[in-house]
Amino acid sequence: MSDELNINKKRNNQIKTKSSATSGRGETDIDYVRPAELPEQDLYHGHSFITKWIFCQDAKVIGVQYTLTAVFTGVVGLILSWMMRMQLGFPELFPFLTAETYYQMVTMHGMIMVVYLLTALFLGGFGNYLIPLMVGARDMVFPYVNMISFWMFFVAVVVLMASFFVPGGPTGSGWTLYPPQAILEGTPGSGYGILLMLISLSLFVIGFTMGGLNYVITILQARTRGMSLMRMPLTIWGIFTATVLALLAFPALLVSSIMMTLDKVLETSFFMPTIIKAGEALSYDGGSPILFQHLFWFFGHPEVYIVALPAFGIVSDLISVHSRKNIFGYRMMVWAIVGIGALSFFVWAHHMYVSGMSPWFGFFFATTTLIIAVPTALKVYNWILTLWRGNIRINTVMLFCLGFIVTFVNGGITGIFLGNVAVDVPLSDTYFVIAHFHMVMGIAPLMVIFGAIYHWFPLVTGRLLDEKLGKWHFWITFLGAYSIYFPMHYLGFIGVPRRYFEMYDSPYMTSAVGMNEFISVAAFIVGAAQFIFFYNLVKSLRLGKPAGKNPWKANSLEWLTPDVPPTHGNWGEKLPVVHRWAYDYGVPGAKEDYITQTTPPSEVKDAEVEKT
Amino acid sequence: MSDTDLDKLPGGFKGMSEDIGSDQTTFKGVNWGKAMMWIFLLSDTFVFSCFLIAYMKVRASVVEPWPYPSEVFALEMMGVPVPLLLIAIMTFVLITSSGTMALAVKYGYEKNRKMCGWFVLLTAIGGLTFVGMQAFEWSKLIFHDGVRPWANPFGAEQFGAFFFMITGFHGTHVSIGVIFLFIFARKVFRGDFDTGKRGYFTTMKSDYVAIEILGLYWHFVDLVWVFIFAFFYLW
Ligand code: HEM
Ligand SMILES: [Cu+2]
Repeated sequence: MSDELNINKKRNNQIKTKSSATSGRGETDIDYVRPAELPEQDLYHGHSFITKWIFCQDAKVIGVQYTLTAVFTGVVGLILSWMMRMQLGFPELFPFLTAETYYQMVTMHGMIMVVYLLTALFLGGFGNYLIPLMVGARDMVFPYVNMISFWMFFVAVVVLMASFFVPGGPTGSGWTLYPPQAILEGTPGSGYGILLMLISLSLFVIGFTMGGLNYVITILQARTRGMSLMRMPLTIWGIFTATVLALLAFPALLVSSIMMTLDKVLETSFFMPTIIKAGEALSYDGGSPILFQHLFWFFGHPEVYIVALPAFGIVSDLISVHSRKNIFGYRMMVWAIVGIGALSFFVWAHHMYVSGMSPWFGFFFATTTLIIAVPTALKVYNWILTLWRGNIRINTVMLFCLGFIVTFVNGGITGIFLGNVAVDVPLSDTYFVIAHFHMVMGIAPLMVIFGAIYHWFPLVTGRLLDEKLGKWHFWITFLGAYSIYFPMHYLGFIGVPRRYFEMYDSPYMTSAVGMNEFISVAAFIVGAAQFIFFYNLVKSLRLGKPAGKNPWKANSLEWLTPDVPPTHGNWGEKLPVVHRWAYDYGVPGAKEDYITQTTPPSEVKDAEVEKT
Repeated sequence: MSDTDLDKLPGGFKGMSEDIGSDQTTFKGVNWGKAMMWIFLLSDTFVFSCFLIAYMKVRASVVEPWPYPSEVFALEMMGVPVPLLLIAIMTFVLITSSGTMALAVKYGYEKNRKMCGWFVLLTAIGGLTFVGMQAFEWSKLIFHDGVRPWANPFGAEQFGAFFFMITGFHGTHVSIGVIFLFIFARKVFRGDFDTGKRGYFTTMKSDYVAIEILGLYWHFVDLVWVFIFAFFYLW
């Protein structure tokens, strides 16, 4: 096969030189696109219900499966957050909320939200659905492996959920799972709970790797004719870079999970130092708990960007489409995504400032951390400049995008505080940190997810979501989330520690009591507002306004399939041919305010399109 | 950079930037599976690096003395302990199997079914020998010397823990490779790669390129062994 391709390549080069020399035809063909390099993809078409909907190899179905499973875990995480807020706002109201259950809820909430909801939703959900469609492929390159990837994830979720039901309950070590406490008696769930957590994480990593390899290779090696890397929508760039990060960061999580499992089961001492308990030495000796922290955060920090980069990419596209303007500084945006991705491997120890490390080490990591702020700020400016003088449609999608920018900037600024060692040391492990990361990686990406669902729901189902309910959903979520997290900055300043289940009546914290009640009420309302959204999804699925083709008048390929919603194989008879980037909106001289990626130059001769 | 700037750069650069800037594929003429294996190996490199770096960190910081590898891994030959004898043979076998794998790939591309099949089989046997010798080494350490993951008579207990974990993880890689080598040997002999028979699970057509992909994995596993060898037995 590779010989065949080489010949193809040579032939292409010949054709290229011929057409540019304008020999033969008299005039250059301005619509010229290099001929196909690859043979048609060989696809397996399911016939039975099982191969079509359950063990399905169609990336679109897999994407929906990932999304639904991830959203299910998200609802569990949400309910846990309700119970935590119940305890924090109104302590001792519910006798079943003990300190132990609180720790378990904190842990499960954190891990579920970060890994099983956001990572799975952005990469597994949006990645699967959008990558083949947006690059013009018929499917992922290895649909079978892709299918296994989802089922691995599914088993990982089942194992995780099983830990709620085993003796001792789920682990209560905090989502960072720091040893030695994670596996020592006295921590809730230090028996089966932590074990199931570690197994579930390992399964997640294995499953993700299968999917991730697919995403990377589909983007690198299976684009359609005319789709160069620099014509890909930013959504794809975000997902691509995040996937590469994940493929390089998850190994550290896998390794630390394996080592901790051995510490737990075989009583090895990788992470476990000499410990005296009730006057007696445990069997552990000489391990290094800090080593775990390094491994965990070598995964953990890139993980933040695994969640953020797809959100960056998606929001760029949404903003561009709904303000009818090209994205400002496309190339800069691409390089910023790639640069942030690369830098994210050199900042991990900013999570360990209080672990007793050398000041020089802290100095180094503070510097790298602040350097990341540069490309990040660049992106924010570019979003704003895209909106600037755009023909903005204030619909639900746009509202969520604006909400994203606000919450992201807010969280980003507190990040600069926390990146500095001297400021972080007193703020570490307080509610200031909670406020920071909920703003920047909790609420901001969720805003993008909601925006993206309002945007792409018509593609997936053929029907529009209800705008009125959508606006209610947005305003309650946005204002509510602000009411939850903004006061938490203050709580952090007065020193309220995170992961404490009750303040009792510590006299210096009386001013926190009323605030905690307020935050809790807001959290209940925000959580309840999500059910408006679920109702909207279910209702619109059956009764929503039919969307027709390309309801947003977008340029990118996913809206240009012959069937809407796209069917297996995506493109019917012929693959699309791409002539431009995805951002030709409001081009002077063009008949309409958008020029799709497949429109050949000869049809828009008078328009002043960007050269891409 | 303009085209003329590019022309000034040495050979491959121009082609590389053209490939990256072009449509459809970034690595021209590279089969999907092959590209995927390369990226997977990159990811797996990070796994092994994490293991080895963790090992170095702990070895550097434990207070108890680290066992002396030349003595621990010595074999008694005619009354004299010969350091690293078994490991040397193991390493030799594994590296040789990389050679036979390379030949299998060569014959695969020549569509020489018989020779390809034999060399795949030979590689599998090499791998199996390696795993067998590793099992022998483990059992010697466990039953004869009393080394356990949680304790050992020679000093720092992490010695056993890291040894079993890392060689075990590597051995698992070799074993998976061996299983696939046997399966592929059967497929080659049966002629699947000549007829393009469809896979039972994946329903995709078989192609000799699969041998090369498996070969990439196999060479990688060998390369990792070289590092483990250096860090465990020579340090
Ligand atoms: C309705 C929305 C949410 C509410 C009300 C909420 C509430 C909370 C609360 C009360 C805590 C425990 C604080 C403590 O005692 O230390 C917490 C921790 C945490 N949350 Fe959320 N959360 C929400 C959404 C999210 C989302 C979307 C994410 C995804 C990134 C997230 C990630 C985390 C993490 C990582 C922790 C730390 C867990 C730990 O300390 O081990 N949360 N959240
Ligand atoms: Cu970080």
